Amino acid sequence: MKKGIHVLSLMGAAAFFLLLSITGAAASDLAPFAGQEGALRIAGGTAHIPVMKEAAKQIIQSNPKIQISIAGGGSGLGIKQVGEGLIDIGNAGRKPTDEEISKYDLKLFQWAIDGVGTVVHPENSVKALSSAQLQDIYTGKISNWKELGGTDRQINLYTRDEASGTRKVFWGKALNKGDISAKANVVISNGAMKTAVAGDPFAIGYISVGHIDQSVAAIALDGVTPNLETVRSGDYKVSRGLYSLSKGEPSELAGLFLDFIFSPTGQQIVAEKGFIPVR
Amino acid sequence: MNRPHSLTEYIFLTAAVCSGLLTAAVFIFLLIFSLPLLENGQLTDLLLSSWAPDKGMYGIYPMLMASLTLACLSLSISFPISLGCSFVITALAPARLRRLLLSMVRLMTGIPTVVYSFAALFLLVPLMRNILGQGSGMCILTAAPVLALLIAPTMIIFFVNSFANVPRSATLAVDALGGSEIQKLLYVMIPQAWPGIINGVLLGFGRAMGDTMVSLMLAGNSVSPFNSLTQSARSLTAHIALVMAFDFDSMEFKSIFVCGLFLYIVTALLMLLLRMTTLYFSGKR
Repeated sequence: MKKGIHVLSLMGAAAFFLLLSITGAAASDLAPFAGQEGALRIAGGTAHIPVMKEAAKQIIQSNPKIQISIAGGGSGLGIKQVGEGLIDIGNAGRKPTDEEISKYDLKLFQWAIDGVGTVVHPENSVKALSSAQLQDIYTGKISNWKELGGTDRQINLYTRDEASGTRKVFWGKALNKGDISAKANVVISNGAMKTAVAGDPFAIGYISVGHIDQSVAAIALDGVTPNLETVRSGDYKVSRGLYSLSKGEPSELAGLFLDFIFSPTGQQIVAEKGFIPVR
Repeated sequence: MNRPHSLTEYIFLTAAVCSGLLTAAVFIFLLIFSLPLLENGQLTDLLLSSWAPDKGMYGIYPMLMASLTLACLSLSISFPISLGCSFVITALAPARLRRLLLSMVRLMTGIPTVVYSFAALFLLVPLMRNILGQGSGMCILTAAPVLALLIAPTMIIFFVNSFANVPRSATLAVDALGGSEIQKLLYVMIPQAWPGIINGVLLGFGRAMGDTMVSLMLAGNSVSPFNSLTQSARSLTAHIALVMAFDFDSMEFKSIFVCGLFLYIVTALLMLLLRMTTLYFSGKR
């Protein structure tokens, strides 16, 4: 019996050291979560989701007593729900307006810089557009790829729902607040936009630069291709901060979560997911 | 009318009354929240104009038309198929195959709509894009067959059940006269079971009208009034889902209560109308 316990504790210690060596540096950043328990509700911006998910995964692995739920819905929803006290952290891919901040007493945490890039299907021969061309495409004035040197097919416009921060930023900075045609298809997240454009050879859409991968091709706008370097240097103008918001001071667990996002481990996740860390 | 006398009956009565009241409460809730918009005499504006929040227009006309078109189209695809399926299950197939088919249909009722939509997004949408040769492949014509598939099991089960309720004396009489299965179906079962068929259609229409996921994922959600079935369009339910995220105080958010109200009224009116016709005709017979 005694020997059994001995073996067990030895195995436990071995497992413990194994865990330590795997988590490595993350362990110290995750240390504040020890002894914590409870649920954390996060919703809003869909560009944030990959980072939120990875952070939540690491936190839950270090302490299974913490429950974290992550939902999309768009920046508008994130701001509204955190303001109404329905969730603990609301995410927004745009800076909340002064009115929203004062009305809901929001506290802003900007943890990354991101761009919004125009994307097309990888097989599309059009690889560059001017701002004027992009605006004409979105108002519907240019409606065929032929007019841009592509194949003779109708341009399939994709846009985001009106709660989207990505849409607000793209509309303000890339379309110069020009109209978006009512004929445009509407998708409800950055992920859905990527899926839609990746599957449609005649599509044009826009997504968070962090979400751009081989399945879609980024369009150079006025000669600048949207990627990490051009967004960081400021050459690519259609950029924005990624924010997490709390109503007043964040709750203890929400505060720890946000601290983790700003910790070296958290900021490394931000970089791995394709965004520009702020620290 | 028997008065309820056991505890069980009281419990069931309470449950029935509660669910009835709940339906009424939802209606009152929607009415109260849309009243400010309706009082200002904006009703016709809301009903007949299109959606352009930037220009101060919050009309739901394109969505209302898209919802109705989508529901009617999917019903007209689904109804003949469902009726045919129920014939096969009731009379035409060998007995063992009938049981197999019926259990498959039962299984189909449990599949979440998002699964259908997701599969169709990767299979049907590219196909439609190629067939149509223009547009994104997301249109009413893509969403309708998926919606038809979605409502078919409900209808089939309803039809099969109403055929099963045809009195045995009647079907036995056909057998005794040497009638074939098809004769039995056409001349005895359908005339007997048609109120059940109508009810199945009603239920199917209600589901088609109320489903959100299929149209949200497959119809394209464009807000422009559509003039062809191959155009991207937005249903009322998808519209509510897309506008939900707006600020509570915004006009956009308030207008979706009117959407909800209309969804409610259209469905309720239709049910009432068809119920009444069923009652009228079955009373006359």
